[in-house]
Parts: sequence; structure tokens; C-alpha cells
Amino acid sequence: MSYESTLLALAEADPNLMILTAENRAHIRGLAEPLGPRFIDVGIAEQTLVGVAAGLALRGRKPIVHALAPFLTMRAFEFIRTDVAIAGLPVKLVGFVPGLLSDGNGATHQSLEDIALMRGIPGMQVFCPENGAALEASLALLIASPAPCYVRYTSREGSAPAPGQLGSADVRKRGRDVTFVTFGLLLEQAEIACSRLEELGISAGLINLRWLSPVDEEVLLDAARTSQALVTVEDHFKIGGLYSIVCELLQRAGVHARVISHAFDGRWFKPATLPRVLDHEGLSGARLAESVLAALQERK
Amino acid sequence: MLPRARLLELEQQASRARRHVLHLADQGGCFVGAALSCLDLLVYLYGEVLRVSPASVADPGRDYFLLSKGHAVPALYATLIEHGFFGKERLDHHLSTEDCIYWHPNAALPGVEFQSGSLGHLLSVGIGIALDARRVGDPSRVFVMLGDGELNEGSIWEGLLVARAQQLSNLILVIDRNRLQANAETEALVPLEPLLDKLRAFGLFASEVDGHSFEALSAAFSSLPSAERRPIAVVANTVRGKGVPSLEGRANAWFVHGSPALHEELAAQGSKP
Repeated sequence: MSYESTLLALAEADPNLMILTAENRAHIRGLAEPLGPRFIDVGIAEQTLVGVAAGLALRGRKPIVHALAPFLTMRAFEFIRTDVAIAGLPVKLVGFVPGLLSDGNGATHQSLEDIALMRGIPGMQVFCPENGAALEASLALLIASPAPCYVRYTSREGSAPAPGQLGSADVRKRGRDVTFVTFGLLLEQAEIACSRLEELGISAGLINLRWLSPVDEEVLLDAARTSQALVTVEDHFKIGGLYSIVCELLQRAGVHARVISHAFDGRWFKPATLPRVLDHEGLSGARLAESVLAALQERK
Repeated sequence: MLPRARLLELEQQASRARRHVLHLADQGGCFVGAALSCLDLLVYLYGEVLRVSPASVADPGRDYFLLSKGHAVPALYATLIEHGFFGKERLDHHLSTEDCIYWHPNAALPGVEFQSGSLGHLLSVGIGIALDARRVGDPSRVFVMLGDGELNEGSIWEGLLVARAQQLSNLILVIDRNRLQANAETEALVPLEPLLDKLRAFGLFASEVDGHSFEALSAAFSSLPSAERRPIAVVANTVRGKGVPSLEGRANAWFVHGSPALHEELAAQGSKP
């Protein structure tokens, strides 16, 4: 299966499903023909794209909107907030090439604030699957929800455990010393980092959060209580993303825990091929393991 | 041509609707100037053009009216009241937390299709509705009222390109051309002229009309094309504050607090032959 074929099957079963794009067809190219007028390409016009989706939703349709993540969430931000979210319409917004996946494009294409922006909108769900399989497995669940939702599309191959309910985290491993908390593309690197640390005798857990709104608070609080430190790993700015989510939760719940953050702290990343970016920015599995090790030793 | 009796009815309805607008202005003020410039248009559209009634507000085949220049909401509420969508006593709740009557439209009010307030939004929403209506074969037409100042917004011109690309002949833009925006004359700030040429260059069927003459509106709206595969624009030449002489055409008559003097002016207009 692929994202495209999963969507097609869902669209065949539900005549209200409509697919929209602002001329970003890479992952949905094959839907134009079978869906006919239920596939709408407005051209490079993200604001109109989102407004049109709101209009369709007012007519009882379920629009799934596609555009590059930075242009969808920023060029059309006010349309998302005003026409979709204030009205509480079931529009699903799928952002292609988010975060590090923009590799060589440069800062214009780096959506490193998309999660902060989207989760800041009342009622907006934020879903960040780690690969195509995870997205496909959750698509039906996501579409069945009447809430608007932002999806950070991660076009990675791989398998994924069956999705739990909406908002539930995928707990990969428990750890007494540290627990990595991550989502999306960087799950792969966090897995590598965990293995390295385990080899060195450090008990490292791993939470694939997936839903950044609503958040699986129970899982996070449990990890904060049972690990010496949480390690947040995200291809997002430090402000407003995963690190903020975790710290806000801990503060609200009155749980004291050490949180080590790996995020972009007030800067964009150096454009290059993905493996080079991962290494250069300290987000490869090996580099993550090194820096976590250093942070743990610093405290001893 | 409108029969004389019908013309009189519309004029009386517009006069009552203007009183509703001033009633809102009495309680904390509202965008009177913007409301009065498009009020005759609204009275005409709901009276003669739009296939929508309190009984058909949820009928998928109804005509849709979207007020993109949301600050003109007093004119919309006044017109909806005249057509029985809700009772005029709700206007007594202006700016009260007990209701949802404030300076921009709220879709909780019967007959209000969608909220607005931020300019440049409802053209794209209207395109979505028009696309869907056409796709499923509903006879709906979608009327989107835009302010001329609102045409400063880039999203409008983006939307026009898309509406034309989609050949939406069931989409009708009604532009309230009062030549004033919040603080300035449109032509002094960001000139729109030649507006009809611009709209035509974007592929629309565009015409202009006197937005305060029911006879002219009758002629304009009865001659709209229906078979052409392109959206329609009607540029309605209007006067800000129309019906209250001290407000007419005044740059500072955008947001206005009510007063007995304004009601007297309006009443004096109504008694003229």
C-alpha cells in the first residue's frame, strides 16, 4: 500500500472525501484521474486552497488538503485559523516535506515552526507519523474525527505498529536512565541512539509520541517519573514544539524532571543532503548518543 | 422592470432596515457607513434574487450569500430580520455577552452562512461551495459580497484566477464600490480603476450598476449570463452612509455611534416623496 492507494480506497468508500492540492502532487499524482471532480488542484495558491476546503466542508464534504508544509502552515495560516478552526470544520491539512525532509531546499522551505503554529490553534489536532506506514494505518481514524487536523507528512519507508486510539503514543521501550521522546523522521535516529546507549550499559527508553495535539500525557508523565531524564528530539524550533509541550505538561502536573532538548534553538539548519544535515546538526543516532552520554556524565 | 408596487415595498423594506442599522449603532456603535452603502444591495438580493428563505437555510440547493466585508453585518442582520430569518428583538442584544450580535457576522444566526471579519476570505470559501454545488448538480448560486477596499487583499486576486480556472459560472461577486475604505479614498490609496477592465482581464463577466437604484439592480441582475463558463462580477456604485445625509460619502463615517439626530435624518429622508 501507499499513501495514495490508501487514500483512494478510503475515497472510494466515502463519497464525501475530497482531495485538494496547491499543485503539490508528488504523493497524490495518481488520484486526479480516478477521483475526477473530487480531486481539486487550485494551483500555487495556498490561501485559496484552504478557503476552498472550508467551503467544501460547509457543504458536508471531508477535504484532505495537500501543500508543502511551510507554505500551508504559514502562507495560509490565517485561513486555517479563521476559516477552518474558528468554524471547527473537519479539514485535514497535510504538509509535505516538513522539517528536515526539506534537506537541500534552504530556510525558505524549512517548516520548523509548523507544530508551534498548528498546536496554538484551538481545536487543531497535530499528527506526526514516523513513516508512510504509520500514516496509512491512522488515516481512517484521522478522517473519522470531526476535528481539523494538521499532518506532518513523513515520506519514509518502514513498518509501523498498529495505531492506538487518537492521541495515543507508541511506547517502544522503557528506560530507567533516560527516555527519548520524539516523533516523525527522527524516530529512526533516536532508535539508533537508544541502542548505542544500551550497549554502554545505559537503560534508555523510547517514546514515539506521534500526536503532538492531543498529547498522550499519561505516557509522558510516567516516563518522567520513572527515568532520570527525558530527551526530546525534534526537527523543529525549540520554542513551541515538543520540548515546550513536555515542559508545559511537567509544570502543569507538578512533576519535576530533567529534560534534555535536541531542537533548533533560534536558527534554521544548514541545507544539505539529509544524512549530512543529521550529522552536522547533531541529530544522527551516533551524535545523539554522544551528547546524551555527555549530558548524563556532566551530572554525575 | 419592477412593478411600481414592488418597488415601493423594497423601498419601505430598505427604510426599515436602515432603522435596524441605526438601532445597532445606538448600542455601542457599529460600522454604519459600510452597512448603509450595501444595504440596498442586500435588500434587493434577498428580495428579488436569492433563492433562500428561513425554511430553506439548510437546503443544499439553496442560493448562498456570503458577506466577505464582514463589518457591514448590520445591513445583513437588518435584511435577514426583514425576511423573517430571526426576530428584531435580538438586535437589542448588540454587544451583549448573552447573545452573539457584534461587529462581525456569526454563523449561529439563522441565515448567516459563515463568519467573516478578516477581509479577503470569503471569495475562496465561496469558490469551494460553488465547486461542490456544481459537482453534485445542485442549482445553487453563490453570491459573495466584497468591499472595494477589500480588493487590496492579494487573496482576492488569487481567488479570481482560481474561480476563472474552474469556470465557475455559479459564482457571482457583488462589489460594494463606495470608493472609501477605512481611512482613505480607494483611488487615493491603492487605485482600483479601471476596475471593470481588471475584472474582465481576469476572465470574469463584469458589469456595473447603481447600487441604490432598485430599478437599475433589477435590470442588472436580470441580464446576467447563465451559460457562460466564467464567474460574474457586478460592481455596484454606492455611497457610504447612504440614507443619512450627514454620513453620506464621508470618510469619517465608517464606524459610527448612534444618536437621535441620525434617526431624525433618516426619518426625514423617508418622508420625502
